[in-house]
This record gives sequence, C-alpha cells and structure tokens, in this order.
Amino acid sequence: MDEIVRIDGLHKSFGNLDVLKGIGMSVKAGETVVLLGSSGSGKSTLLRCVNFMEVPTQGQVFLHGDLVGSETNGKMSYRESELCSLRTRIGMVFQHFNLFPHMTVEQNVMEGQITVLKRTRTEARSKALAQLERVGLGDKAQEYPARLSGGQKQRVAIARALAMDPDVMLFDEVTSALDPELVGEVLKTMRQLADEGMTMLVVTHELGFAYHVANRVLFLDGGVILEEGEPQHILKNPKTTRMREFLDGHSLFKLPD
Amino acid sequence: MVEWNFIAVFSDFDLLLIGLLNTLKITALALLFGVPLGLVFALSRLSKFLPLSFTAAFIIEFFRTTPPLVQLFWFFFALPILIDVRMTPFIAAVVTFSIQSSAFFAEIFRGGIQSIDKGQWEGAKAIGMSYRQSLIRIILPQAVKRMIPAFMERSIELLKTTTLVSTVAYADLMFQANDLAQKTFRPLEVYTVVALMYFVLIFVFSQMSILVEKRLAQSGESTVR
Repeated sequence: MDEIVRIDGLHKSFGNLDVLKGIGMSVKAGETVVLLGSSGSGKSTLLRCVNFMEVPTQGQVFLHGDLVGSETNGKMSYRESELCSLRTRIGMVFQHFNLFPHMTVEQNVMEGQITVLKRTRTEARSKALAQLERVGLGDKAQEYPARLSGGQKQRVAIARALAMDPDVMLFDEVTSALDPELVGEVLKTMRQLADEGMTMLVVTHELGFAYHVANRVLFLDGGVILEEGEPQHILKNPKTTRMREFLDGHSLFKLPD
Repeated sequence: MVEWNFIAVFSDFDLLLIGLLNTLKITALALLFGVPLGLVFALSRLSKFLPLSFTAAFIIEFFRTTPPLVQLFWFFFALPILIDVRMTPFIAAVVTFSIQSSAFFAEIFRGGIQSIDKGQWEGAKAIGMSYRQSLIRIILPQAVKRMIPAFMERSIELLKTTTLVSTVAYADLMFQANDLAQKTFRPLEVYTVVALMYFVLIFVFSQMSILVEKRLAQSGESTVR
C-alpha cells in the first residue's frame, strides 16, 4: 500500500523542553491511525509537525515519498512557500474549530479554495456545498458560525479542510471542547470519512472511536512511541504498565455492561 | 455689561468657512497618510525581525511621547536646516500630523491584531494561507471592526490637535479666527462662534461613532467559539 505520510527520527523541543524524542511512523493510503497518550506525551505536537504548524527540531517528514524541505549537511531547511503548498495537501481540524467568524459557513469553506488554490467562485461554491452536504450541513451554508452548535461548527471545520482535496486529514482532539451530547455527531462524520477511504491521523481521547474505527493505534509516552498495533489487540492487551495505567484511567467509571 | 454683536463675525463668515475647510483638509490628509503608515508601523513592531521591531517601537514611542507642537516646530523650522527642502506651513502640518497620528494608529492596529485569537492564524495557516493572506483575509477584517471606536476617538483628537497649525501661520479655522478677532475687535463673538463650530463638527462625528459602536455591539461577534 501507498505511504502517504512517513516520519523519520523526528525530534521537537521547545527551548529546553524535549517534547518529541525520535519518532518514526507512517500512515498508508486509506488508513486511520489514532494517536493515544496522556497530556504532555507529545501526541498533539507530533500531529502539528506533520503539516509544519510546528517545525521539527530534527528529523524528516515525507509526503507521498517526497521529502519536505531540503537537507544540507544533515540540517533541514524549509521555505515558507513550500510549507504553504504542503498544508493545502494536508487538512487539519482543531479542538477549538477556528472557523472565521466574519464569514458565513459557505464562505469559510470557499476561502482556502479561492485565496490559496485560485479556484473560481463558481467552482469553489459548488465544491463547498458538496462538502457541506457530505458532513450533513448543506442547509447551514448561509449561516454565520456563531449561530451553530459546537458539533455543527466542528463539522464545518471538517468540510473546510475537505474542500481543499487533501491527501490526508489530521484531527487534533476535535471532540474535546464539545458538550458530551455533541461528540457523537462529529465522531460519526469522522467514521464516515474513514469508511469512504480518507487517510486520517487522529489525536483523541475517545477510546471507543479508536477501537471501532482505527486501523492502527500508537501509544505515545514521554515523546516516544511506546506501543503500536491493531486496536483490538493493543487496547485489550497492552504490553506496558504505562499503557495499562492509561487505559485504566479512562475506564475507571465505566457503566456496567 | 457686555454687548454681544455677531454682525461683524457673520459679515466675514466666509473667512471662517475657509478656515474650517483648511482644518478639514489637514485632518483628512493626516488620516489618509497616517492610517496606512500606522498599519506599517504596527506590522513592523509585531515583526519577529528584531531590528525592524525595535526601530518601529522607537518611532512610535517617540511620536507618542513628544508634544505635537514641538514636532510641528521641528518639521517647520529645524528640518529645512538639516536638508534642503522648502517647508510651507501646509506641508509641515501634513507631515507632522500624518506621522504623529500614525504612531497612535499603529498602537490601535497592534492592539486590534493582537486581540484576535491565535486560533484564527492557525485556521488560516492550516488551509495553506501565507502570512500576508491570513492578515488581509482573516485577521484584519476582524481586528478593524474592534478598532473602530478607538480609531474614531483618535480621529477626534487629531482634529482638535490641528489647531496647533495656526502657530506656523497655516490658515486653519483657529488661525482665521485669530485674524478675524483682530480685524473686528470682537474676540468674544469670534471665539464663541469658532468654539461652536468645533463643537458641532466633533459632536456630529462622535455621535456617528457611538452609532457605529452600537451596531457593532449588536452584530455581537465572538472569535473563538
């Protein structure tokens, strides 16, 4: 299978703080990979390094086998224009949606297509409407984000990313800021994307989503990948004490079956 | 017992109208140059390139802290000694108030830009927008809305400060008033009328700004959620 994203020897530090300490991983076409880990484990930072919202301190990122940036004497350098065009091919959805409040839902989804991809307005509009339909919000095109629920906002954010026709989608704790009631509709949309064959890299605390949707789960701890495997194995029979503790913490107050 | 007599004032009222026009001209030109220049200063000050940021910060602080009258005199009397330029009162006034107000507008722009949630930059960046595109399409449209009250306040201040140009013999409303007061020996009536003219002008302007503010408050935008 095609490798969409590959990461080699990735390090990221903020000042003296080493957040990522040598990460190697890949995401194949059509795969959904879930990153688990407690806060501070580096999972969000790892995700943000894939589309260079954070520039890695060390290591390499490949998209479709092509190295991002250029290497001289073992040191990577990146041009801003290269990173901008890279980001058009990698969709990202955030915890706090980051919709543009001064634009309607439709304009939000059209913006990148017009400003960055230079599509015509007509083309951008029909694409926007198609993506909004896809996330079940075709009737909200003319609303402003302020009038939507959290779950709807997040689905607009997903449509906005999809409208760029990305090769891979990154989800950064996209349900963490939602009312529990609204989490389901967003997860359902994500599952639908996964079923449609979208390549996805997902940071989440939703173990159920990981279990049912992910093809692979990576467990991060202290800036390294501690465990990796199919969700049905790794979530049921973790090898390390650290991951067992993490999973126990999540199911401390589970309803009885 | 003081006798009020406005006849002398109103028979030469066109003198005051010319002054009013000149006052508005200086204010408008200072806004025309000062606002874009203020944006340039603000972006420079926000720049990660430290020499640029420090230079901008110095210019802004310098023009915010020195009295505008000193600045005006410096541009009118001192600058022509340094470089070979013919300074007219008009040019000195426009230059002074453009730069002086740009320093204040820079701080308004900076406050407006910085008040926008970091997530807006990230949302724009994530769909491949450059710094420039993010600024123009996403950040400034939101920031400018928040800036409008401060912007109007500052414009009113500017209009009032332009009375200083009468000291370098530019024929603004204040200068014309002095002229008329001496000519007619009626300072009481002249300055009363002039005060009223400034009052009406600025009152209308500030009422407009209140109206705009109210409409903005009604549209009630939140940036993040």
